[in-house]
Amino acid sequence: MSEIIVVTSGKGGVGKTTTTANLGAGLASLGHKVVLVDADIGLRNLDVVLGLENRIVYDLTDVTEGHCRLRQALIKDKRYEGLFLLPAAQTKDKTAVSPEQMKKLCADLAQEFEYVIIDCPAGIEQGFRNAIAGAQKAIVVTTPEVAAVRDADRVIGLLEAAELRNPALIINRIRPKMVRHGDMMGIEDIIDILAVDLLGVVPEDEMVVISTNRGETVVSDERSRSGQAYRNIVRRIKGEAVPMMSLDDSGFLGRLRRIIGLK
Amino acid sequence: MFEFLARVFGREANASKNVAKERLRLVLVHDRAGVSPQLMETLKNELIRVISNYMDIDEKALEVTLETNEDQVALVASIPVRGMKRVSRELVSSI
Repeated sequence: MSEIIVVTSGKGGVGKTTTTANLGAGLASLGHKVVLVDADIGLRNLDVVLGLENRIVYDLTDVTEGHCRLRQALIKDKRYEGLFLLPAAQTKDKTAVSPEQMKKLCADLAQEFEYVIIDCPAGIEQGFRNAIAGAQKAIVVTTPEVAAVRDADRVIGLLEAAELRNPALIINRIRPKMVRHGDMMGIEDIIDILAVDLLGVVPEDEMVVISTNRGETVVSDERSRSGQAYRNIVRRIKGEAVPMMSLDDSGFLGRLRRIIGLK
Repeated sequence: MFEFLARVFGREANASKNVAKERLRLVLVHDRAGVSPQLMETLKNELIRVISNYMDIDEKALEVTLETNEDQVALVASIPVRGMKRVSRELVSSI
């Protein structure tokens, strides 16, 4: 049984590609066979986030246009047994692929992989429609900002209209301190408004920037908060009930702050 | 100083997250109504059905819109009434 999941958001820059890369690496490190599909034709990013940009020979449109076999276009990530990337074309545009071709591609990948995770482009135009065409489940990524939540709401409506019901939400880049001070919308505020199931919350973390600079994924960093958040999300995708991570500071300062009522 | 204390105790009524949430709520009322014109159409038909129990109304001239002013969204219905139905008076007196 394989799962075909699209990672989408509406708004750009909220962390779709980072999320896709971390979920892929996280699932692969638990021994699953995973393929990540970059559906952002013309603006490929997933390859650099994964640090695989120097190994691309063929891309997604080479497969759909019959220039190569599917297996030839798949890049194996040497750091994770079972993790593969199907890169997007950089020189074509979104009209180079049709929703029907994406459906077939996803079905073919599902024959070989336990998880097919599609990184959707920003926006709600054809690139979005292509990316969701072959998916069975959707993950919506948002950040605690008005524009990002608004776009997430629009995308949830479009997903449901396309029969992708009950999308799961990831709230990215939350800053616990600002939430405590009432200067950032919190988890309940966002869930309240969007009325969807929460898959996970990822705190803002410099380690995400640092690991992305290196072409690595933070999910394998045992010490980072964001890595822990992604590992929790990965286990939830597998069906485990993992409690939400506490966003309160857990160190000495955090405890002190709680004791003197400064939280 | 007051602001500092308010922050410390988290009792800021106009904390910026509340402003964000309120703006979001308003904008989504419009977005969601815009995405589904059929929702407004269904609402209109239901209104006609209910109001027709009490009054003769001009269905063709009926207008239902969402209007925003500053911090509220209002459902504004303009419903020309041609006449009252007798049954409505009986209904009222029986209550």
